[in-house]
Amino acid sequence: MSHHIIEIKDIEYMYPDKTKALDGLSLRILHGEAVAIVGANGAGKSTLLSHLIGVLIPSSGTVRIGDYPLNKETLTHIRRSVGMVFQNSDDQLFMPTVFDDVAFGPLNMGLPPEEATQRALDALKTVDAVHLKDRPPYKLSGGQKRSVAIASVLSMLPDILVMDEPSAGLDPYCRRQLITLLQSFKHTKIIATHDLDLVIDLCERTVVLSNGKIIADGPTLQIFNDDVLLQKGRLEKPLRMQGCPICKPAIR
Amino acid sequence: MLNNITFGQYFPGNSFLHRLDPRTKIVGTLLFISSIFLAEKVTAYVVILVFTLLAIAVSRIPPRFVFRSFRPLWIILVFTLGIHMFSTPGLVLYAWGPLTLTQEGLRQGILMSARLLFLIIMSSLLTFTTSPIVLTDGIERLLSPFRKIGFPAHELAMMMTIALRFIPTLLEETDRIMKAQMARGADFSSGTIVRRAQNMIPLLIPLFISAFRRADELATAMEARCYRGGENRTRMKELALSWLDGIAACVFSLLLFLLAYLRWWH
Ligand SMILES: Nc1ncnc2c1ncn2[C@@H]1O[C@H](COP(=O)(O)OP(=O)(O)O)[C@@H](O)[C@H]1O
Ligand SMILES: [Mg+2]
Repeated sequence: MSHHIIEIKDIEYMYPDKTKALDGLSLRILHGEAVAIVGANGAGKSTLLSHLIGVLIPSSGTVRIGDYPLNKETLTHIRRSVGMVFQNSDDQLFMPTVFDDVAFGPLNMGLPPEEATQRALDALKTVDAVHLKDRPPYKLSGGQKRSVAIASVLSMLPDILVMDEPSAGLDPYCRRQLITLLQSFKHTKIIATHDLDLVIDLCERTVVLSNGKIIADGPTLQIFNDDVLLQKGRLEKPLRMQGCPICKPAIR
Repeated sequence: MLNNITFGQYFPGNSFLHRLDPRTKIVGTLLFISSIFLAEKVTAYVVILVFTLLAIAVSRIPPRFVFRSFRPLWIILVFTLGIHMFSTPGLVLYAWGPLTLTQEGLRQGILMSARLLFLIIMSSLLTFTTSPIVLTDGIERLLSPFRKIGFPAHELAMMMTIALRFIPTLLEETDRIMKAQMARGADFSSGTIVRRAQNMIPLLIPLFISAFRRADELATAMEARCYRGGENRTRMKELALSWLDGIAACVFSLLLFLLAYLRWWH
């Protein structure tokens, strides 16, 4: 058994229209790590995440999750251990009520109804959304949708949580709640985001992506202090680290 | 405007109708629809009217919700009434240019729209008292004997569940695209019918594109959560018939029998 929970080796991916979205990318992630994937729009973040649940299969290179190489046979197994929260919660929530949606995964796993119900309720409790359980998902606010989308993945008890731009479109209050929630999780976390302030709070490690390649991988603060690198990745130093010239006492 | 539509919505409750097995309700509704089409005499319509009112009372759904359910469909009702009133030959009551209102037409029109009205009320009672999941479970179970000949009962039921869920989203999307185009000078509400139809084309294209994109993302999201069709998937509630269903079956059969009697033997 390898102690790497995720091991990606030299993967390349080309979309059918010949856009090369990933270009020889290797990455290893350990149990319990929280890793941020940052980079400009179109850098390949979403494409990379899609490889972790086998929605996309690399044109070349290999993906290994836990003890299994990702392929057609191991797909079901891998999807149980990797929970993905998509960028657009609207499409992630497709059942008539919130409860049905959160119970969807456990039922697909063939769990008996009592256990599926229990898991769904537990997951809703974790994200503080039990009161929403009978509501149709499309009538929820953006923050509520995001919470429910997270619950719908938690109910499958994944080891690894993968999230694509989890804070996009949330107001500051909801965003803060989301960060607190994610901080409380012990899962291995992989978060693709433009929200570098969120990265400071959640991820000790950051991977910078540019044109389908990793241009940096290391401790978050070290990367965010490297102005040349940030510029190359078309990123902006988080406000908190900019040392505001007006209010002076800068945070180191 | 789109928020007022209650058709197809579910109202949680614990009435007699709520507690029936979905299969009973679906078959019952079909029997009721057959009964409607057997009705010709006024007595038959009175029987159906009484039955419908009783059903509404038993469901404990506030009548105003029931009546709101056919608000979006009133155009169809008026249309049916109009067509029959003016196109049935018979004793002329009133002539207005080429249009002639006949006694038979008036009668026929009223009876036909009454049929439609009963049909809408009963099918909305079905959806009012059955949650979408349970409803599609019922459909799946009713169709499952045909699985042997390769009929995709589970897939069809799942498709219906999701389609119903996405109707409001698509309506919203239409509304948004329409507003975006109106902001750039598109006009959906004036001009000849041909002109208006032409104006709809730029609306339909983005709508289709977004629907396909959505379908794609939806399939991905379902797969990501281990969905592989009906195999190995457990069901929230196994359906079970009770004595309530026996009673309901008797009542619906009795209605059908009564209407057959009124039509052929009375
Ligand atoms: N379905 C697709 N078909 C073709 N090209 C795509 C598709 N999705 C993304 N791309 C392209 O792949 C590249 C990476 O996209 P993506 O992974 O979505 O980036 P990010 O999530 O970092 O913004 C971009 O150049 C984008 O245009
Ligand atoms: Mg993306």
